[in-house]
Amino acid sequence: MWIYQKKLQYPVNITCPNPRMAKALMAQYGGPDSELGAAMRYLTQRFSMPDNRVKATCNDIGTEELGHWEMIGAMIYQCLRDAPLKEMEAAGLAGYYTMHGKGVYPADPNGVPFTASYIQCTGDPIADITEDMAAEQKARATYEHLMTLTDDASLLNPLRFLREREIVHFQRFGECLEILQNL
Amino acid sequence: MMTSTELLRKISEYQFVTVELNLYLDTHPGDELARADYYYYSARLKEVMELYEAAYGPLMNFGHSPTDAGSYVDSAWPWE
Repeated sequence: MWIYQKKLQYPVNITCPNPRMAKALMAQYGGPDSELGAAMRYLTQRFSMPDNRVKATCNDIGTEELGHWEMIGAMIYQCLRDAPLKEMEAAGLAGYYTMHGKGVYPADPNGVPFTASYIQCTGDPIADITEDMAAEQKARATYEHLMTLTDDASLLNPLRFLREREIVHFQRFGECLEILQNL
Repeated sequence: MMTSTELLRKISEYQFVTVELNLYLDTHPGDELARADYYYYSARLKEVMELYEAAYGPLMNFGHSPTDAGSYVDSAWPWE
């Protein structure tokens, strides 16, 4: 089971409305390489992993990703919270506003809703861990793209933190691949 | 006494270390040095969690924060 802790893994304090970045951040909230996809991917794949070290890694990284998903949700919420409707429209969020208001819905920046087809669980441990390593690199690349889109420190600091986590997770999944290859 | 923001920062710092060591120990369960560090920082984390919860109220749900101070429901949610 999971226990909730009423704090973010890394603080998010965005005071300046930024609907343009809210839209871009949706890549990591509901896109194919999002934190939601990461959490679901690892927490689903862990059941059929043949080694306890790999089960633990999928379980614990999957759990950390839920915390990252919460951070991205907090960032989108704070970017939209005080945004005037005109600015949301100018950022291309008229369609989003029509369907979701200022709620935080798991869709990508183009409005495509999250779907389980973004993740795979083949039941083949090598195939699954290799997908996980690719997922961490795709998320790192997405964070780097997000960081080139803003010079606001209140956005850059949590993005920098999240980017660094992708690198650590890639390292741990790489070790899992080695463990599996030597079983 | 530390403010709630200062204590939350301390919690996050110790938690960063314990998350990192936890993931490392997942793939290196035999590393005794890392395990000793993990236990040391877990104890520090527990201390600051207890300090925070005694002063500002429960941080966790489902019975994991037995404190009378503050309210789990009414304290600020972390995205506010």
